[in-house]
Amino acid sequence: MTDTTVLAPARGVLDQDWRKIVNYGLLLALAEVFIALANMPVGLDDFILIEPILSLGYVSLLWLPLLLGYSIGTEKVLEGVTSHAKGAREVVAGACVGLIGGGGVSGLVLLLDNFDLRDPLVNWSPQLLALLAFDNGVGYGVGVWLAIGGGLGLLGGSMHLIAPLARRVVSTMVLAVVGVAVLETILSDIAEDLFLEWLADWIYFIRGGVSLHGAATVAVVAGAYAVWGSKAVKGAKASYQALEGVERKQANKVSIAVVVAATILLPLVLGKITNELLANVGLFLLLALGLNIVIGLAGILDLGYVAFFAVGGYTTAILTSPNRGDSWPTWIPQVWWVVALMLVIVLAGLTGLFIGAPVIRMRGDYLAIVTLGFGEIIRLLFLSDWLGGFTGGAQGVTNVPGVQVFGLANVRGTDPRAVFYLVAFFCAIAIYVSWRLEKSRIGRAWMAVREDESVAEAMGINTVNVKLLAFVVGAVLASFSGAIFAAKVGSVFPTSFIILVSIVILIVVIVGGMGNIAGVVAGSVVLIGVLGGPKQPGLLQEFSEFKLLIYGALLVWMMLKRPEGLIPNVRRTRELHQDEFLQDAWLKGQIDEGDETGDGGEVAPA
Amino acid sequence: MTTAMKAKAAPRTGVDWFLLLIKSVMFFFIATGVLLFIFQQIDPGNPIASRLNDDATGLTADQFEGLVIAGLSQGAMYGLIALGYSMVYGVLGFINFAHGEVFMVGAMTGMITSNKLHEAGAWESNFVPSLLFIVLLSIVVSTLTAVVMERVAYRPLRGSPRLIPLITSIGVSFFIQNVSVVLLGPGAKSYPALPDWLSKKRDIWFISIEGTRLLVVLVAAVSMVGLWYLVERTKTGKAMRAVAEDKEIASLMGINVNRIIVTTFAVGGAMAGVAGILWGIMFRSVIHTTGFLPGIKAFSAAVVGGIGNLNGAMAGGLSLGSAEAIAPLVILEPWGVSGVSQLRDAVAFSVLILVLLVKPTGLFGERLSSEDRG
Repeated sequence: MTDTTVLAPARGVLDQDWRKIVNYGLLLALAEVFIALANMPVGLDDFILIEPILSLGYVSLLWLPLLLGYSIGTEKVLEGVTSHAKGAREVVAGACVGLIGGGGVSGLVLLLDNFDLRDPLVNWSPQLLALLAFDNGVGYGVGVWLAIGGGLGLLGGSMHLIAPLARRVVSTMVLAVVGVAVLETILSDIAEDLFLEWLADWIYFIRGGVSLHGAATVAVVAGAYAVWGSKAVKGAKASYQALEGVERKQANKVSIAVVVAATILLPLVLGKITNELLANVGLFLLLALGLNIVIGLAGILDLGYVAFFAVGGYTTAILTSPNRGDSWPTWIPQVWWVVALMLVIVLAGLTGLFIGAPVIRMRGDYLAIVTLGFGEIIRLLFLSDWLGGFTGGAQGVTNVPGVQVFGLANVRGTDPRAVFYLVAFFCAIAIYVSWRLEKSRIGRAWMAVREDESVAEAMGINTVNVKLLAFVVGAVLASFSGAIFAAKVGSVFPTSFIILVSIVILIVVIVGGMGNIAGVVAGSVVLIGVLGGPKQPGLLQEFSEFKLLIYGALLVWMMLKRPEGLIPNVRRTRELHQDEFLQDAWLKGQIDEGDETGDGGEVAPA
Repeated sequence: MTTAMKAKAAPRTGVDWFLLLIKSVMFFFIATGVLLFIFQQIDPGNPIASRLNDDATGLTADQFEGLVIAGLSQGAMYGLIALGYSMVYGVLGFINFAHGEVFMVGAMTGMITSNKLHEAGAWESNFVPSLLFIVLLSIVVSTLTAVVMERVAYRPLRGSPRLIPLITSIGVSFFIQNVSVVLLGPGAKSYPALPDWLSKKRDIWFISIEGTRLLVVLVAAVSMVGLWYLVERTKTGKAMRAVAEDKEIASLMGINVNRIIVTTFAVGGAMAGVAGILWGIMFRSVIHTTGFLPGIKAFSAAVVGGIGNLNGAMAGGLSLGSAEAIAPLVILEPWGVSGVSQLRDAVAFSVLILVLLVKPTGLFGERLSSEDRG
C-alpha cells in the first residue's frame, strides 16, 4: 500500500521538529545512563559476542542510539496526510538524537570520575568508569562516547536512505550475527552431535564469542538469505495459504509431523544443560497453555494461577514421598506418580471450582486481585505451622521420587531429557485440548464471554458455568505442571510457589500472544528458554540479574505497542485495533462490505 | 467436556448455593471463634474454651490495647496508600496496581536521604527539620513517579479494553521493583535510629502508645483533612469530582481532563510518599518488595471502604489494619490454630474476599462518582 503512495519531496535539513529531537535525545540519554548504572555493561562484559572487538556489555549501550536514531525519522503513514521522502533531514535528526544520548553517557563518565555515589547506587564503581572510558582516561571516554552516540545515531538515521531491501539485508545480518553469538552454547552443542564441529570451530572463538571470520561468514549467509531465501519462504507461505480443503489438511498433517519429529529428535542431539532448559520451558509452557485458556480464551485475568501449580506439586509430593509431614495418618500409602496424578486432577479441579465460584461474578479487576489473594493464601497456608504437620511448613516436602515409567525409565531431575519427554507429552495433550476446545462450542462461548458478557448471556450462554469451566481446565493443566515439577525437583517448598510465578506466566502468555497456541509456545521458548523462569536460569545465565527487569519492561512495552502479542490471535487483534481497523476500512471505502471481508488474515499493523 | 456441562446444567443455583455455603461457614467460623474467645477471657480453664485449644490463655487488657493500637497505626498507613487507589479508581475506573510501588519509592527516597543526613550528623542534631526535609523530598519523588507513570504507561491506553491498563500496571509495578533491585541492590536497607524522645512509649490519657505510632496516626489524620479540603472545598476538587462523574461532559464544561487526571495521580502519589516515610520510621527497614503487600492490602482497604470513597478508604484502612492485628488472636487462636501470627496476611486477604462476597460495594458505598461501573 505504502509503496504506491506518491511521496512529497524531502524536507530541508533544518526543517526539523527540534522538540521531538530533544525529547528523543533526553530519553536516550536517560536510558543509557540507567543501563550503565544497572550494571549491564560491566555485568555482561565477559560475554564476548565478537572476539576480540565486541562484548554484550558494550552492545547493551550501543543498540539504543542506533534504534532511536532510526525511529526518529519514521513517521506513521496516514492516508490523507502528506508523507515526505526521506533524506538528509532524517540523517541529521538521527545524529542529533545520538549526540544527546552520547552526551548522557559522557556526563555519566564525568560524574563517575568526580563523585562517589556508591552508597545508594550499588553499581557506581571504578570498573564502570574504566569500562566507559575504555581504560584510557576520562577525557578520552567523554569524547569517544559523544562520537559513538552521534555516529550510531547517524548510522541509524541513514538507514532511511537505503532501499528497503538493503535495509532488510543489513538488519538480518546484524541480527543473525548477534543471534549466532548469543546462542553459542546451544548451537555448538547441536553442531557437535551432527559432526559439524569444524563449522563450530570456524565460527566460534575458542574461549567464547564469534571470531571475526565467523561473523563475516554468518553475515554473508544471512545477507544471502535476506535477498533470496526470505522470498522463497514467503512464496511457500503464500502457496500454503492458497491451499484449500483436503490439500491444506494434508499440509497441516505434514507440518505437525515435522514438529513432532523435531521435538522427539532434538533432545537427543542436545547436551544436558540444554535439555534442562527445554524441560523448564516445557513446564512453563504447560502453565502458560493453561493460563492461555483462562485469560486468552475466556478473558479472566487470574493472578493467583500459581495456586493450582502449588496444589499439583504438593499433592504429588505428599502422595509419593516417604518424607511427608508427620500428621498424615499412616494408612495413606505412598503411591505411584501416575496414581497420584489422578488425585491431582480431581483436587486441582475442586480447587478451581472452590476458588472460581466466589470470584466468577466479580468484575474483571476485582477478580484479578482476589485471585491474587487466593494464591497468597494458599501459599501462606502451606507455609504455616498450622498445616505444617501436613505440608512440612518452610522445610517443604522432600525426597519426592521420580516418575517410574513401566520400569523403562525413572524420570527425575538428574535426567533432564526424560523430564523433557514427559513434559512434552503433557504439553502435547494440553495443546490438543486447547486446540479442540477453542474450535468447539465451549471455546466459542468463552470467546463470546470474553468479548462481552452481557451479550453472551443474552445469546443464551450460561456465563457462570462457562467461566468456571475455563477456570477448572486451566487449573488442571497447571496442576500437571506442578506434578511434574515435584518429581523433577524432588522436593516442594512454599518458596517455589510465589506470586512472581503467576506474573511471569502472565507475561509469557501476553508477550507470546493471548489466545494463540503458537504464540504461547513462542513466548515460553523465547522468554523462559532464553532469559529464564523466576528461579530457573535460562540460556543467557548472565542475564539472570536483569531478566525480571526485562520482563517488566517487556510487559509494559507490549501492552502499549502490541497488546495482541508476538504471534497474535487474529480475532483478538481485531478487537484491540478496532478503531484503526474501522478507520482504515472507512478510508478505503470498504466499510459497506462488512468487516469480515477486508484483508482476511492480514490485520492492519499497530 | 460436554458431560461436565450437562452435569452442571442446573444453571446459577449451584454456584449460588455454594456461595451461601461458604458465607455461612465463614460466618460460623468467625462467630464461634469470637464466642470461644469471650469464654476464654472469662475463664481460660472452662471446658468450652479449652476443648479446641488447651494452651490458649486469652489476652490481658494491655495486650489487647497493644494490638488495637498496632492495628490502627498500621491501618492508618494502609489508609493513606488506599487513598491513591481510590482516587485513581474513582476518576479513571481502573486499579493502578503499581501504586504500591510509588509508596516503595517514597520509602526508598526517605532511606537514602535520611542515611545521608545521618552521615552528615544532621539527623541527630536537627531531627525535626531533617524529618520534614525527607518527607518533602519523598513527596516530590513519589509524586513525580506517579505522574511519569501516568504519562508513559496509562495515558496512551485510555479508552482501551478494561483489562489492558490493569495488566500494564502489573508490568509497571514489576518494572519499578526491579529498577530498585538493579540500581540500589537487592538487600534490605535500614533507616538510621530515631531519637529517643520520638520512639519511646508515652502515656497519653489512659492509653500508652509508642511515639512513632502516634506520629503515624497524627500524620494520617492531618493528610486526611488536607485531602478532604482539596476534594470537597477547592475548585480542583470540584473538577476532580466532575471528571469522575463523566469525563466528556466535564471537558465540555471547560475542565482540562488530562490535567485533572495528572493531579489525581499526583495527589495519590504524594499520599503514598508520606506513607512511605511513615513506614520507614515505623519499621526502619525497606526492600524492593516493600510496596507489594502493603499495596495489595491498601487496595483491599479501598475496596472494604467502598472504592472511590475517600473517607471510606481511610476507614477501610483502619478496619483492615485492626482486623489483621486482632483477628488472628481473637478468631483463629481459640480454634486451636497454631502460629497464628504467620497468617496475618492470609487474614487480610480473607477480609477482602469476604467483603467482596457479602457487600461488593464496600462498607461505606462507592462514591466520588455515581456512575455504574458494573
